[in-house]
Amino acid sequence: MKSLRKFVDKIKPHFSKGGKFAMLHSTFEAFESFLFVPNEVTTKGSHIRDALDMKRTMIIVVAAAVPALLFGMWNTGYQHNLSIGMEATIWENFVFGFLKVLPIIVVSYVVGLGIEFAVAQIRGHEVNEGFLVSGFLIPLVVPVDVPLWMVATATAFAVIIGKEVFGGTGMNILNPALTARAFLFFAYPAWMSGDTVWIQGLKNGEGIIDGFSGATPLANAAAGLFDNLPSTWEMFLGNIPGSVGETSVIAILIGAVILVATGIGSWKIMFSMVAGGLAMGLIFNAFAVNPYMEIPAWQHLIMGGFAFGAVFMATDPVTAAQTEYGKWIYGFLTGLLAVLIRVINPAYPEGVMLAILLMNVFAPLIDHYVIEANIKKRRRRVRVES
Amino acid sequence: MPKVIRIKKGLDIKLKGKPEKIIIQADLSEFYAVKPPDFPGLSPLPKLSVKIGSEVKTGSPLFYDKNKPDILFTSPVSGKVVAVNRGERRRILEVVIKPDNKNEAVTFQKGDPKTMNREEIVNNLLKSGVWPFIRQRPFHVIADPDDDPRAIFISGFDSAPLAPDLDFILNGEAASFQTGINVLSQLTSGKIHISVNAVFATADVFSKTEGVELHKFRGPHPAGNVGVQINHIDPVKKGEQVWTVNAQDVIVIGKLFEKGVFNPTRLVALTGSEVINPRYYRTRLGASVKPLLKDNVKEGNNRYISGNVLTGSKITNAGFIGFYDSQVTVIPEGDFYEFLGWALPGLKKFSGSRTFFSFLLPGKRYTLHTNLQGGRRAFVLTGQYEKVLPMDIYPMQLLKAILVEDIDLMENLGIYEVAEEDFALCEYVCTSKTEVQSILRSGFELMQKELG
Repeated sequence: MKSLRKFVDKIKPHFSKGGKFAMLHSTFEAFESFLFVPNEVTTKGSHIRDALDMKRTMIIVVAAAVPALLFGMWNTGYQHNLSIGMEATIWENFVFGFLKVLPIIVVSYVVGLGIEFAVAQIRGHEVNEGFLVSGFLIPLVVPVDVPLWMVATATAFAVIIGKEVFGGTGMNILNPALTARAFLFFAYPAWMSGDTVWIQGLKNGEGIIDGFSGATPLANAAAGLFDNLPSTWEMFLGNIPGSVGETSVIAILIGAVILVATGIGSWKIMFSMVAGGLAMGLIFNAFAVNPYMEIPAWQHLIMGGFAFGAVFMATDPVTAAQTEYGKWIYGFLTGLLAVLIRVINPAYPEGVMLAILLMNVFAPLIDHYVIEANIKKRRRRVRVES
Repeated sequence: MPKVIRIKKGLDIKLKGKPEKIIIQADLSEFYAVKPPDFPGLSPLPKLSVKIGSEVKTGSPLFYDKNKPDILFTSPVSGKVVAVNRGERRRILEVVIKPDNKNEAVTFQKGDPKTMNREEIVNNLLKSGVWPFIRQRPFHVIADPDDDPRAIFISGFDSAPLAPDLDFILNGEAASFQTGINVLSQLTSGKIHISVNAVFATADVFSKTEGVELHKFRGPHPAGNVGVQINHIDPVKKGEQVWTVNAQDVIVIGKLFEKGVFNPTRLVALTGSEVINPRYYRTRLGASVKPLLKDNVKEGNNRYISGNVLTGSKITNAGFIGFYDSQVTVIPEGDFYEFLGWALPGLKKFSGSRTFFSFLLPGKRYTLHTNLQGGRRAFVLTGQYEKVLPMDIYPMQLLKAILVEDIDLMENLGIYEVAEEDFALCEYVCTSKTEVQSILRSGFELMQKELG
């Protein structure tokens, strides 16, 4: 690696202040620190530092999402071939899906990172690694047939309005990946819901075999077609229509194990969100007046994006509650609201996205009350004394 | 038996270079120094009582803060002032003394502290330069002699990485320790609390000392930090002071009253992966570390630290032992590039998280270097600080309150209860590489300015 280091050192002056390409300074810095951990040493405070940095953190989240992506790629091919009545091997399905999903990933990264690099340069900051995760999650939460220009628009919206106007990674209020999805959902509803968008080719009216429905479990449930729901095993495994990465609960659970084991994702949020979803499901069961309210509470956890939301979206440390007590409350309410919106509101078959975004907004308020309790306790100590 | 207070949060960083329990008499250093930056809260331009060329004895005043002229800082050795090293904006960094081997000492009042009144005792401590060993919470600065502290806290063990064993250091000094405690008990109307490590049998020096309340703690670092112990025993409240003294410094206080001289002799542990024979040295406060390091350090680019790796101050290989330090650490510098370092499995890297495979090797001891290990970022991850701060404090929120200079909020979130050393692990684990300790100090300075 010495020759590479030499090369980097050689071209470095051009990108420094006063160099030919000074306007690309942040970009250069980002690539350099991607290749080499900088040689900067501690100057004050603790002389040694933990080996964990932002890059490692983000790459672990990406790694945790890889099983969901790989499964999603296979499922894209599988669903497509199912819809046209073709037999295909696992490998053929995967390659088909890979070729369909890859462009979405590329567009999401190119647009998002492009904006991040530009903003970092304007602000004179280093490029933050946060988008490595957001850019990876966006393709996982959209239908495979979504036009690429829409992905580009939504990503740009999410990065600029959702994040950079607040000051960049660490300052944003809403989860950027979900902001992108919400943007698509409200701006282009025809491409984000219905029976035809979830399977590659259906929207363009490619030949469908008789009796095939591309509806997701949630759409079926919302329409009252409970007989059409896939089996529990299918919903758990994920070979059903849906957004690219959200269908397989097994793949998502692998990700959850990685996040919890490394300590990067908050198990408190995941756990309490599941508890909240179950609680709301049980409440519905108790007062059931329609078939949707009667479905077993646990079934909500494997339908739609609940698992994906709980593991990858609600746990975003920046937009979730930041206090440890707050995380319990935040997760629980998110789960509760997700199922509530899903069952009660016919306009939005998927409640998870909106529940998380809503709770993102309320997270600072939850934290405020948790901290206020600590402050009150401290004040009480002073009063008892005097 | 006191009940054991169990500390669950925290982190033991297992480094190579633990000191062997052998005491070596260190050679006389060529130079000694007192360093004003060792005393946070002291004016950066203290008034010098000496000039270059002045002859001083052990205990002769060197400088004082003109806002608190009673608190004198005195020479640890007899000799001649040879240099006053200054830094940015002429701030004084070191007052350097070359010893003359005459070992002359200024004599102070001798006597049984139990028969002396508070004023006599305070005066004796102030004049001899021993007073600065007594520090206060809030703000972790030198105590104000006019205050009546609610209590005095002493930690009987050091849990920091490679820290010296205080039982070993205090061994055989029980009499002076008791005298020191008698002195301190005249300074407060409250109790004197000593906390010991519950894992080991309590050393005689602590268990046989009279006039103290003993507490037992158990758990990872920072369980040995006096601030953490105060927080669990009886937290600092607004408008009151508690004082703290390092256990080894209690002996200096005791000897002042037993012998009538400032006795700056102390045991210092030389530790760290780059030390060939890590051991204890009998030397003096402010001594240059040169004789300790002679033929005892591995070659290479090293970081020399007076203190431990988390809170110590950077010195050169001819630098001086800090006023409050009983430890010198030598670790490698990390000024190199690491190809794709963030992506490696990381069996040689240590992390408080389980993001590197080294977590599979729990007993392993590491050679850690001074690389920052990543770029500085905004706060992103949450819950990290809380895992290593066993206090009833919201660390990130407190730091943010300091950054926005919100005095009320800082007070409400408990700034009076903390010191930099308590937050040192937060700084260590921070993924965003935030300079936690210096933010905290700037908060203290702001509070002190506002409170007048």
